[in-house]
Amino acid sequence: MKRVQAVIIGGGSAGLSAAVTLKKNGITDILVIEKDEEPGGILEQCIHNGFGLQTFKEQLSGPAYAERFLRMAEEQNVKILLNTMVTKLTADRIVEYVNAEEGTVQVQADAVILAVGCYERPRGAINITGTRPAGIYTAGQAQRYLNIDGYLVGKRVFILGSGDIGLIMARRMTLEGAKVVGVAEIMPYSNGLPRNMKQCLEDFNIPLYLSHTVTQVYGKDRLEKIEVVEVDENKNPIPGSEQYFEVDTLLLSCGLIPENHLAEEAGIRLDPATKGPVVDDRYMTSAEGIFACGNGLHVHDLVDFVSIQAAKAAEGAVDYLKNGKPAGVPLRITNGNQVSYCVPSQFYPAAPAEKLTVYFRVRTPMDSGTLVVRSGDRVIRSLKKRKLVPSVMEEALLLRKDMEGLTEDITIEIVEEK
Amino acid sequence: MYDIVIIGAGITGSMLSWKLSRYQLKVAVLEKENDIAEGATMANSAVVHVGYDPEDGTLKAELNVKGAQQYEAICKQLHCTYKTVGAYIAACGAEEEQQLLVLKGRADARDIPYRLLTGDEARAEEPNLSENVTQVLDFYTTAVIYPWEVAIACMESACQNGTDLFLNAPCLNINKHEDCYVIETPKGIFRTKYVVNAAGVHAEEIHNMIAKADWHATPRKGEYYVLDQDAQPIRHIIFPVPSREKGKGVLAIPTVYGNTLIGPNSDFLDDPDDNGTTVEGLAYVRTNISKTLKNIPLNRSIRTFAGIRPTTTCPDFIVEEVAGAPHFIDAVSIESPGLASSPAIADRIISILAESLQLTENPDADMSRRKPVVLADMTPEERNALIAKEPAYGKIICRCEQISEGEILDCIRRPCGAKTVKGIKKRARPGMGRCQGGFCEPKIVHILAAELGISPLDVVYDSEKSNILESENRL
Repeated sequence: MKRVQAVIIGGGSAGLSAAVTLKKNGITDILVIEKDEEPGGILEQCIHNGFGLQTFKEQLSGPAYAERFLRMAEEQNVKILLNTMVTKLTADRIVEYVNAEEGTVQVQADAVILAVGCYERPRGAINITGTRPAGIYTAGQAQRYLNIDGYLVGKRVFILGSGDIGLIMARRMTLEGAKVVGVAEIMPYSNGLPRNMKQCLEDFNIPLYLSHTVTQVYGKDRLEKIEVVEVDENKNPIPGSEQYFEVDTLLLSCGLIPENHLAEEAGIRLDPATKGPVVDDRYMTSAEGIFACGNGLHVHDLVDFVSIQAAKAAEGAVDYLKNGKPAGVPLRITNGNQVSYCVPSQFYPAAPAEKLTVYFRVRTPMDSGTLVVRSGDRVIRSLKKRKLVPSVMEEALLLRKDMEGLTEDITIEIVEEK
Repeated sequence: MYDIVIIGAGITGSMLSWKLSRYQLKVAVLEKENDIAEGATMANSAVVHVGYDPEDGTLKAELNVKGAQQYEAICKQLHCTYKTVGAYIAACGAEEEQQLLVLKGRADARDIPYRLLTGDEARAEEPNLSENVTQVLDFYTTAVIYPWEVAIACMESACQNGTDLFLNAPCLNINKHEDCYVIETPKGIFRTKYVVNAAGVHAEEIHNMIAKADWHATPRKGEYYVLDQDAQPIRHIIFPVPSREKGKGVLAIPTVYGNTLIGPNSDFLDDPDDNGTTVEGLAYVRTNISKTLKNIPLNRSIRTFAGIRPTTTCPDFIVEEVAGAPHFIDAVSIESPGLASSPAIADRIISILAESLQLTENPDADMSRRKPVVLADMTPEERNALIAKEPAYGKIICRCEQISEGEILDCIRRPCGAKTVKGIKKRARPGMGRCQGGFCEPKIVHILAAELGISPLDVVYDSEKSNILESENRL
């Protein structure tokens, strides 16, 4: 079996960033495996701009952002296998892939970086009842039809879910001449970035129905009509609140789920909150030498953070390839009040990283609150925060001195204003 | 002039056409939908019931036992999946245990093998069985199949042997002439000596074109959840004890590819085409599955669907020549266990035909079909040899089910091949997985367009009017 230093599964924003970082750190024998015809991942269909503000200090389109990383990868001589699907991953880092040129191949990797991305929650997972006509798409699917293939999926559109892809598609389809009659969000607040609420809905007078959901679809061949209801605080439909919209298209923007099938198959521990692998401060999963990053680790709102975290995961892999597993036993970074998840969620107090940024999301919107980082009763950090919303990822910075020698788990919490 | 026209390409019509294709006969199958197996055959529990359930003396009992006995060999001959998983009939308490005895008595009389387990013995093998379950009757030869795969395979083999299949050909009218029947459809006028009514939920309409039926269609809807392959809460099919009013109850079924079905409910319908799921129906399924099982992860649902059973006011199957309409044969009221019974239903129809029709074997008939390539079933060496020869088998299109472009092309290019996105899903399974086609559907639209020589704008999801794309973009 062929042996390689590192295999990166996925050639999207996370995989490319990880590849460039590995190369820059002297790991030369690497293989990036990409299932699609082109590298770049989902960025290739995100032709709107707003990418790269953190990384490049300018507004780029998705393909342009990907292009920057592709150029860096080219400069570093990164080898990308295209049209290649990873079919198996084992905990001892045997990677099996298949493509048209080589057939099925197994390689033994010293380190693996999972940069596999995520998928959109489909209709069946949302349980919208009714018939099964054509005309119901996930938002990203409709985006691909429009921006890659060049086809508009419908004329009268309703969007369920105020996730960013749905909001972007509301604008994009309007510009293409479709009528977007509304967006329903089951929560009492939007799930998209504030800038997308403004630029994609408000600027086009597209109504947003908060605390509403789609309960029923009608139509035999093609979608004809949908039923929209208001929901109470427990997300149960309020009787009598039914409204009907005659539409030929329903887009679902109801959340993204990390593609965790390979990780699960390799026996890697998953975090039920993120649905991606549990990782430590080096972004290593529960399987030694297997790292995770990008939307396959947890779903990001900005690609810049995908690139940054993927570079961190690559640095973790470099450290592992040079020094092996960190010494000692890891402690956990746990979710305190109002925190729905933390990534990474483990660290090594005997050998902490120089600096560790913990990414987290809050459960519900708050005008302000205090971010408190504790280890047991000891407060490590306390910081006032304003405008906390679930759709925007938050950060908590930990320094080596904060973590070194700790004996109790770290908890991240928001102390709410009374 | 056809010898026989079969109305309906569900499992009954397809199985019959396959069995008839060994004879020197001119047979046509008229299907009102855009593919084979679109009605009850598409949406059911996918179980080959072994035959303990129908009451003594019924046609159902006879044909179920005889049909189920043939299934494994038929699936082997036609290269269809057939997986023996076993069926647990789970009784909760003394009263239900009494009912198990009735089933056990029927099984003894019909030579159906079983084991009787205590609740604890059953739970040792099936840990998610409810604590309330006190006794289990295990019909361990019960199998699961892909019902539409069998129907498609039958049709494919039949068409190879000369049967004509007409899709989008609903019967508009049937007239009885002196020496034949004349059937009007949008696809033309068909003259035939014999007619077989295998029209499922629409059988009464067809029957009434020739004679007034003394039964009525009472279609019943059944709704199901489909769980992700990664969540496999059960290994056997789990039934509650059946009742006359509620039928077989809410079951859990491990499907051939590892998904789990939970359902169905049973609601009478006014509209035989109303196959939408309902809030109430799915709630009934959720509530009632807990009678026999615990820890069922309904939050891992990737899809829900509803099927319509072609029930009638007659509690038994009706497989007979219609009184006053010689050579017009009904195969109606084929509700559960219609799938399991279909080989024996076909045999019964053939024996009715044989009374007045000369059946001569066709020496050239090939009762199999070319084996579909299933990469998942091949060794790495076999796979590599195939990919070296046909590189399309190395290009994976559906990431969830790992289906290659080669498998998709094959199912389009076969006899009675796929012409729709759903047709490909039925034959090669892309889109059956957890993303439900989110990633692969756009690719499949392009493959179909290229293969059929049409614009992607004309590619349909299922029916002729179910277009996926509206227009080319402007910008």
